[in-house]
Amino acid sequence: MCAKVVKSQPKKVATTGHVWDGIEELNNPMPRWWVWIFYLCILFAIGYSVAYPAWPMLTRATPGLLQASTRADVQAEIDRFDAANAPMKAQLVATDLTMVGQDVTLNSYALKAGKAVFNINCVQCHGREGGGSKARGYPTLSDNEWLYGGDLDAIHTTITHGIRNTSDPDARNFGLVMPAWSERALAGPLADAATAKLTAEQIGEVVNFVFKLSGQTADDAKALAGAQLFADNCAACHGEDGKGNRDLGAPGLTDAIWLFGGDEAALTATIAAGRGGVMPPWGFAPEGGLARLSEDQIRAVTLYVHSLGGGE
Amino acid sequence: MSSTEEEGPLYAAREPIFPRRISGRFRTLKWWIMGFTLGIYYVTPWIRWDRGPNLPDQAVLIDMSGRRFFFFMIEIWPQEFYFVAGLLIMAGLGLFLFTSALGRVWCGYACPQTVWTDLYILAERWVEGDRNARVRLQRQAWDFEKWRKRLVKWAAWLLIGLTTGGAWVFYFTDAPQLFVDLFAGTAAPIAYITIAILTGTTFVFGGFAREQICIYACPWPRIQSAMMDEDTLTIGYRNWRGEPRGKQDVEGNGDCIDCSACVTVCPMGIDIRDGQQMACITCGLCIDACDGIMDKVGKPQGLIGYFALTDETRERAGEPPKPVWAHVFRPRTILYTALWSAIGILLIVALFMRQNIDVSVTPVRSPTHVVLADGAIRNTYDLRLRNKHGEDRWFSFSANSPATLILTLEGTDELRVLVKANETREQRLYITAARDSLAANQARTPVRLWISDEEGIEVPRAERVNKDTIFNGKDD
Repeated sequence: MCAKVVKSQPKKVATTGHVWDGIEELNNPMPRWWVWIFYLCILFAIGYSVAYPAWPMLTRATPGLLQASTRADVQAEIDRFDAANAPMKAQLVATDLTMVGQDVTLNSYALKAGKAVFNINCVQCHGREGGGSKARGYPTLSDNEWLYGGDLDAIHTTITHGIRNTSDPDARNFGLVMPAWSERALAGPLADAATAKLTAEQIGEVVNFVFKLSGQTADDAKALAGAQLFADNCAACHGEDGKGNRDLGAPGLTDAIWLFGGDEAALTATIAAGRGGVMPPWGFAPEGGLARLSEDQIRAVTLYVHSLGGGE
Repeated sequence: MSSTEEEGPLYAAREPIFPRRISGRFRTLKWWIMGFTLGIYYVTPWIRWDRGPNLPDQAVLIDMSGRRFFFFMIEIWPQEFYFVAGLLIMAGLGLFLFTSALGRVWCGYACPQTVWTDLYILAERWVEGDRNARVRLQRQAWDFEKWRKRLVKWAAWLLIGLTTGGAWVFYFTDAPQLFVDLFAGTAAPIAYITIAILTGTTFVFGGFAREQICIYACPWPRIQSAMMDEDTLTIGYRNWRGEPRGKQDVEGNGDCIDCSACVTVCPMGIDIRDGQQMACITCGLCIDACDGIMDKVGKPQGLIGYFALTDETRERAGEPPKPVWAHVFRPRTILYTALWSAIGILLIVALFMRQNIDVSVTPVRSPTHVVLADGAIRNTYDLRLRNKHGEDRWFSFSANSPATLILTLEGTDELRVLVKANETREQRLYITAARDSLAANQARTPVRLWISDEEGIEVPRAERVNKDTIFNGKDD
């Protein structure tokens, strides 16, 4: 660096009086166009507050001359998409469910729409991706066992009418439940449905027989006793061989899938207190009302559920 | 605070600048650079490049709707955006390199603001004449002549702005088609809006704002001062040779005859003899002006020239300045060059290593696994299969794992799917482990998925990619 400052002060400019390490801060004037831009911004802000919602009033802000509303924008956008999707929806309703897969565009639309419908209406019980909930007995939809059938038509019927609900007369299994077999079961529809009363010991015997059916380790003596109890009381719905009955929504007991759990505690609880899961009807319109889902939505979610991994 | 009497006005109007025409080494260099950079800008969208059917034949194209970037033989998909990031890093390092070696050489020669301002001044000079004529016209009342010249000048500026904005939109869609559409009025509204905005900004920035942009709006000059050091070549005035300035025939005066040639040619309106200052963009025109004067008065050139602070110290001490290469090749610039080249080589290697098929694997983790009726454990994976070949390809799947696993696909009994040319297909893949098998009973099993674009047959140009993922067994 040069030893001494040789440069003369270019223009006579006052300093701000601030000095750091011998360096003074010049107080150069602002460019005037900058000030004009500042005034323009103020003008713009005033114009904006007149044209758009701005000033808060008692109940809502001033609407502005342009009556702009993001809510209305969103509604318009939704309407636009609905209108654009209308032909696709109509096509989905008109096409046989088993034929949708042949049409790549329609299938892609149905799966995406179905996923959206599922994630709004179904995940609360059946879980994301149809994972189900063993603790609460909401069936897994991505495995390969179905209580009422896993082909497209069966899934469609289940979603449309639901299960054991009191609103849709066509609901599956209306009035049909797994009874509470325990002699100590509280009075109620589940206990009333039982054709016999089992002691705790007898229930333990049936549990061991079910263990045997499903290939789990069982107490052979108890299972032998349980076999007779099973034939007398359970086989009517679950079948002689315990394979279940889809017409009655009775689960198969020979496989590895358990709606409420397959260990001793869960099976004991199921037999003693009974089960009767309910699913609402999604396609049933009560008098003077609307169905929860439209037919195209039900078809879309049917195809989506079918695609989760267990479709038949 | 100093006393209030000393304070000037709070705001200052822009002082108009009328740069005088000059010729010389740096002016010639700047004409060439202007021609070169503007040529690249205007011509590039019109270069054609045959990519076969289904793909655009424009050499450089930013295809927003198709989400592709085409650059001659290179095609970049959105997930390869790291190339763009790499290029931006290279651009940044390049600026570091040039700034540490040559100061604000970018500002003076290559910055669009400088190039377009130069072009606008050229148009201005054609219409209104050189400096003195323009100063006269400025002072003149608004008579017919002034109106005529101003309107012609503004029209020329607008035309330049229009072609500038026009050329910009050609980068985003097929240029010849858009050219026709623009005149037919059938081009997309965004094209017209973009052209209008760029025409307006070019007109204002190049015609009226000019040096105000560099001084007040641009952040780059502020950053650059942090990158310069005492060995950086910048433009300066050799005041130990020039001072005291004044008449040549007066005994004791320096070489500067105070002719103001360097001031009148300056597009930034500064006096370089005041020393390095923030408004100087180092365009070199004052060097041309001063060298011409020195030739006329019979003094050596270089009263104003490129030199560094170290040179100044040496010259004041009567020593010769360092050679130019000693300023350019320094550890700092060599480091920048090395980094710049390393990233460049990495990008080129990545470019040649990338494959025409690309797969991303997203394991479905809610639920982590599903128990099937026979007690087998199944995991689900969502795949995105990208086919960058120009033709349809079958993708087939296999897996490497310490455990025995079964692969199946949703919606098909085969273990292969057709992916259309230049498309992305979503496909669900299931991996199943038999009941009580190794993978079914341990929490996590590593799986390497292999995806090939041919059915496992050795075919030339067949490509394989692999993705590592995890199979989740029973967690209880």
